[in-house]
Amino acid sequence: MTALAFGVAAVVLLAGLYGVVTSRDYLHLVVCLVVAQSSTYVLLLGIGYRAHATAPVFSDHPKGPVVDPVVQALTLTDVVVGATVLALLLALVVQAAKGAGGYCDPDALNDLHG
Amino acid sequence: MSVVLAVLLVATAVGAIAVVTCRDVASQAVVLGAYGFVLGALFLALSAPDVALSEVVVGSVLTPLLILLALVKVRGR
Amino acid sequence: MTSRQRRLVAVPVGAGLAVVLALAFHGLPAFGTAHHPYGDASVRAALALRHTANAVGSVTFDQRGLDTLFEEFILLAAVLGVRLLLRPAAGEHQGTDPDREPRSPAAVRATVLVLLGVTAVLSVSVVLHGHLSPGGGFQGGVLAASGLHLLYVGGGPRTLARFRPSAALELLEAAGAGGYVVIGLVGLVGSGSFLANDLPLGRTGSLLSAGTVPLLNIVVGFEVGAGLVLLLASYFAQERLAEGPR
Repeated sequence: MTALAFGVAAVVLLAGLYGVVTSRDYLHLVVCLVVAQSSTYVLLLGIGYRAHATAPVFSDHPKGPVVDPVVQALTLTDVVVGATVLALLLALVVQAAKGAGGYCDPDALNDLHG
Repeated sequence: MSVVLAVLLVATAVGAIAVVTCRDVASQAVVLGAYGFVLGALFLALSAPDVALSEVVVGSVLTPLLILLALVKVRGR
Repeated sequence: MTSRQRRLVAVPVGAGLAVVLALAFHGLPAFGTAHHPYGDASVRAALALRHTANAVGSVTFDQRGLDTLFEEFILLAAVLGVRLLLRPAAGEHQGTDPDREPRSPAAVRATVLVLLGVTAVLSVSVVLHGHLSPGGGFQGGVLAASGLHLLYVGGGPRTLARFRPSAALELLEAAGAGGYVVIGLVGLVGSGSFLANDLPLGRTGSLLSAGTVPLLNIVVGFEVGAGLVLLLASYFAQERLAEGPR
């Protein structure tokens, strides 16, 4: 189970990076970056997981073993902040495409144009 | 429980590969939404309801919407 | 660098990264381990010292509240960046909306109205119960911002724009970001440390408990909600540019 959980985090990261490297479209590239980022969520929550334990919320049940709340707090803010940073990246893509007449291929945008 | 976790973990890996290998951005946004939903289910199974809640709303609603809006702008529809 | 060269470089780098990841993950504690000293300590602190039923909320807004302050400002900076990048450039003009937009079918409008009410109540509840149950300012803010865009489904761009006053939302976002700092400064003045949780802690599990955590949830809810609506507004305005006269 350990190998599976952390293996999945590694596969997700490598899949995202593969997409970034082979991408022919900046929008596609940004989406692949989102996938690569999601591997950190899987890894962090995998580290904090405790078998046979409940969520670290005590409003409806008495205190028992719970999973690690620290990594969850890290992940939760990142999910929301990551979405706004994604919006910023997409805005950059929109501007780059505007300058290049609708082109979105990384290879076509190699040179700097004034 | 560990069977559910194992299934969801495998589904996450498959979902990530599906998003990356999808070359058409419009359909990629939809696959990404489904991937966000799988991640949300995985986080719920990992006893992280707080994270699951944000992932489902952000990953399967907000992110695909942003990508589609950017796509409309870039392609000029 | 051409695409071919990039792939040639990527293969060894990716393989190396896979090896390094395997080595690093090999040293991690087993998945599902019962040994979580830091997590256990933070749960004890949340319950005994802070009377916060949701330990995740306690870590986010109390035990590591300073991190969240910076996260909030990353969000603010990203929203500002999008507003700046997507503002209409000189020579471009906003496409004019049609005076009357086609009305959606009555069934769609009725469904949207019901769903709007449900999401509004749900997002307020998610924010206000953030210290008790899963949820909080981040989730509630995203819910509210997404829910508002149901107006686009039920009405159209004009209906959406009417309920999306940019000036008020910008003020709300600034107030959300500033409110976090103000709550921090109150702690600084009150007991000499920034973001100190000085308010009465109440009984664990009741709505008025956990000190500053619910207040911080509310300001973050405003900031996230207003920020995301503004962000999406920039993209919708861009979409109108594409439709407008060239």
